[in-house]
Amino acid sequence: MPEPRVINYRAAILEALFAEMRRDPSVIVMGEDVGAAGGVFKQAAGLFEEFGADRVIDTPISESGAFGIAVGAAMSGSRPVFEVMFGDFITLVMDQLANQAAKVQYMSAGQISVPLVLRTAVGIGANLGPQHSQSLHAWTAHIPGLKVVMPSTAADAKGLMAAAIRDDNPVVYFEDRTLYTLRGDVPEGDYHVPIGVAEVRREGEDVSIVATSRMVHVALAAADLLAADGISAEVVDPRSLVPLDVATLVASVRKTSRAVVVDGGYRQYGVTGEIAATLAEEAFDWLDAPVTRIGAENVPIPFSRSLEPLVVPDAPRLAKAVAELVRRR
Amino acid sequence: MSDSAKQKRKKAAAAAPPLPAAEQSLALLRQMQLIRAFEEKLRSLFSAGLVPGLLHLCAGQEAVAVGVCSELGAADVIASNHRGHGHCLAKGASVNRTMAEVLGRRSGYGLGRSGTLHLFDSVNGNLGTNGIVGGGIPLAAGAALSAKRRGRGEVAACFFGDGALNQGLMFEVLNMAAIWKLPAIFICENNGYGEFTAIEDVTAGLNPVARGTVFDIPSEAVDGMDVLAVREAAARAVARGRAGEGPSFLVCTTYRYGGHHVGDSQSYKDAEEVREWKEKDPILKLSRRLEAEGVASAERIAALEAEVQAEVLAAVEAANAEALPTADDLGRFLYA
Ligand SMILES: Cc1ncc(C[n+]2csc(CCOP(=O)(O)OP(=O)(O)O)c2C)c(N)n1
Ligand SMILES: [Mg+2]
Repeated sequence: MPEPRVINYRAAILEALFAEMRRDPSVIVMGEDVGAAGGVFKQAAGLFEEFGADRVIDTPISESGAFGIAVGAAMSGSRPVFEVMFGDFITLVMDQLANQAAKVQYMSAGQISVPLVLRTAVGIGANLGPQHSQSLHAWTAHIPGLKVVMPSTAADAKGLMAAAIRDDNPVVYFEDRTLYTLRGDVPEGDYHVPIGVAEVRREGEDVSIVATSRMVHVALAAADLLAADGISAEVVDPRSLVPLDVATLVASVRKTSRAVVVDGGYRQYGVTGEIAATLAEEAFDWLDAPVTRIGAENVPIPFSRSLEPLVVPDAPRLAKAVAELVRRR
Repeated sequence: MSDSAKQKRKKAAAAAPPLPAAEQSLALLRQMQLIRAFEEKLRSLFSAGLVPGLLHLCAGQEAVAVGVCSELGAADVIASNHRGHGHCLAKGASVNRTMAEVLGRRSGYGLGRSGTLHLFDSVNGNLGTNGIVGGGIPLAAGAALSAKRRGRGEVAACFFGDGALNQGLMFEVLNMAAIWKLPAIFICENNGYGEFTAIEDVTAGLNPVARGTVFDIPSEAVDGMDVLAVREAAARAVARGRAGEGPSFLVCTTYRYGGHHVGDSQSYKDAEEVREWKEKDPILKLSRRLEAEGVASAERIAALEAEVQAEVLAAVEAANAEALPTADDLGRFLYA
C-alpha cells in the first residue's frame, strides 16, 4: 500500500503526469505555454525539463487545430494530454471533441481508439469575468463517447489523472483553479482512482448533498453548519460525470430520502438537472421531497467583487437551501 | 495543326512524366478503373433506393487518390473527406468491406453503422472519411506528429476539397505542420465547386497554392487529371516528409463529373464544361498512353475493365448477402 503524505492538488496532478510519462513514452503533453514556461498556473512545471520539447509541446494559440492534431496523434499511437488553458475555451475545440474524438471508436467499430486527456481549468473566484470563469463540463458530458471527470481532492486529482491517461477513451478532466492549493493526503507511487466510481465524503442521515468538484468543499462546510442546526447531511462526490456512479448516488438517497444537487456549471440544462432527473427516475419511491438543484446562476459571470460570489453558492446559502428542503413536509 | 500548336504539343509531351514500369502503370490504371466502377455501381444502386443516406462520388477525380496513394507505403497514413471512396480503395481498403459499409451491412468496416462518410480502415492506415469539411486535416497532421516521434520515416497525407480551403482549421494546421516540420502532405482536390457554389465566388486570392507558401511550405499546383503528374508531385512530397524536411501542400486541379451528391440537379454547371473536362479523363488519358507506348493493348485494357467490374459486382452480391446491423449492435464500441 503506498504511503500517504500531504501535497497540494496541483502537485498531485503533476505527480501523475510525471509518473505516467516515465512509464509510457507514448504519453505527450500539449498546450499553450506548457513547455519551458511550465504552464500559466505552473500546472506543468518541470515536465519540459525532464521530457523535452519532443514530448512537452508548446502549441500556438490555435486551440481548434492543435486539439485536432492531438486527436489525430491519439488515433495513431500517441497518448496526448492536451491542455485548454481556460475551461471557457473548450468551445473552440468542440468540433474536434464532439464530432471526431468522441465518435471514432464507435464509427470505426473498435478499429481505432482515441486515448487522450483534455485537461482544463474552470471555476470562479479570480474576478476573471464572463469569458474566463465558466464551468462548461455539461457540454462535454452531453456527448456519448467521452468520459468526464472532476476531481475534488488532491488524491483524486492524482488518481483520476493517472486513470485518465491510461484510459483508451477520450477523457475530459476538469480541474478547479481554486483547488490548486488545496492540500491533502496523496498516496505516493503508482496510484489511480477508477473512473466512474463516486465517493461518500461525509456520512449523514437526513439529506444527501450530491456535490461536484469545488462544490464538494462548499457542501462539507454546509454540512458542518447544518450539523450545528441538528441536520445530518451526507455528502456524495460523483467524481466522474460520465460514467456516472448512479448506484452510489441512489444508495445515499435511499438512506436519506432527500437530495440537493450542487454544481458549478450553469443551472439551466445542466449537470444538476441530469442528476436530479436520474434520482427521480431511480429513487422516486424513497424520495420524500423533490430534488433541489443548485448551479451557477444563469448569467454571464460578472468580474465584480460584489457580484461574482453570488453566482455559485457558498456554504451558508447552500446550508439554507438544504435546511429548507429538510423542513419541507 | 499550326506550327505553334505543334510546338506546344511537343513541349507538353516533353514535360509529360514518363510511364512507370508496365506492371506499375497497369496497376495505376486498374486502381482508377476500380474506383470508377465501384462508384458507378453505387450510383445505380442509389437511384434504385438501395443506398441509405447521401452519396458523394469522385468520378473524374480518381487520379488524385490513386497518384498519391501509389507513393505511400502500408505504414503511411491517410485521412479523407466526404468524397472518399477513391482514397479508401487506393489506400488498399477491401472492396467488399467498403461496399458493405456504404450499403449499411454488418460486414462493413463500421459494422454497417457508419456509412460512406465514416469509412475507417486501420489495417491500411486510413483514419477515415469525414463528415466535417476540413475535419480530416488535423487528424492527418496528428498522425504525422506520431510518425515524427516514432522516427521511422512514415508520412501522413490528407485529402480535402477546395471548400476546406476556407476553413480556419486548415490555416491553423498548416501553421503547426510548418513550425513542427511534420511529415504531412496536404492535398487539396480543387474540383471548382463546394456543393453548388463555384470556388471563385467564395474564395479570395487567385491562387490556392499561396495558402501553403504563406507558411513557407513547399507547395505546388498539380494537374489532378493526370495520375502520373500527381504521382510525381506526391513522390517529391513523400520524399520531403521521409527526410524530415516537413510538410508539403499540393493543389490538384480536377473536376467532379457528377453533382455534389447523387441526385443533385447540377443546374449551376453547364454541359459544355462537363464535356470539356471529360476529354481530360484520367482513365482515358492513361489508357491512351499505355496503348500509344505499346505497354498494353486495347484488349488488355478492356480485360482489366472487365475484371474490376466483376470485382465490384461480387462485392455487391457479397454485401447483399450480409445482414443489417441489429439492435444488439447499437451500443457496441462506444467505449474502448
Ligand atoms: C463543417 C461542414 N460544413 C458544411 C458541410 C456540408 N458540406 C458537405 S460537403 C460540402 C462541400 C465541400 O466542398 P469541397 O470541400 O470543395 O469538396 P467537394 O465536395 O467539392 O469534393 C459541404 C458544404 C459539412 N459537411 N461540414
Ligand atoms: Mg470542391
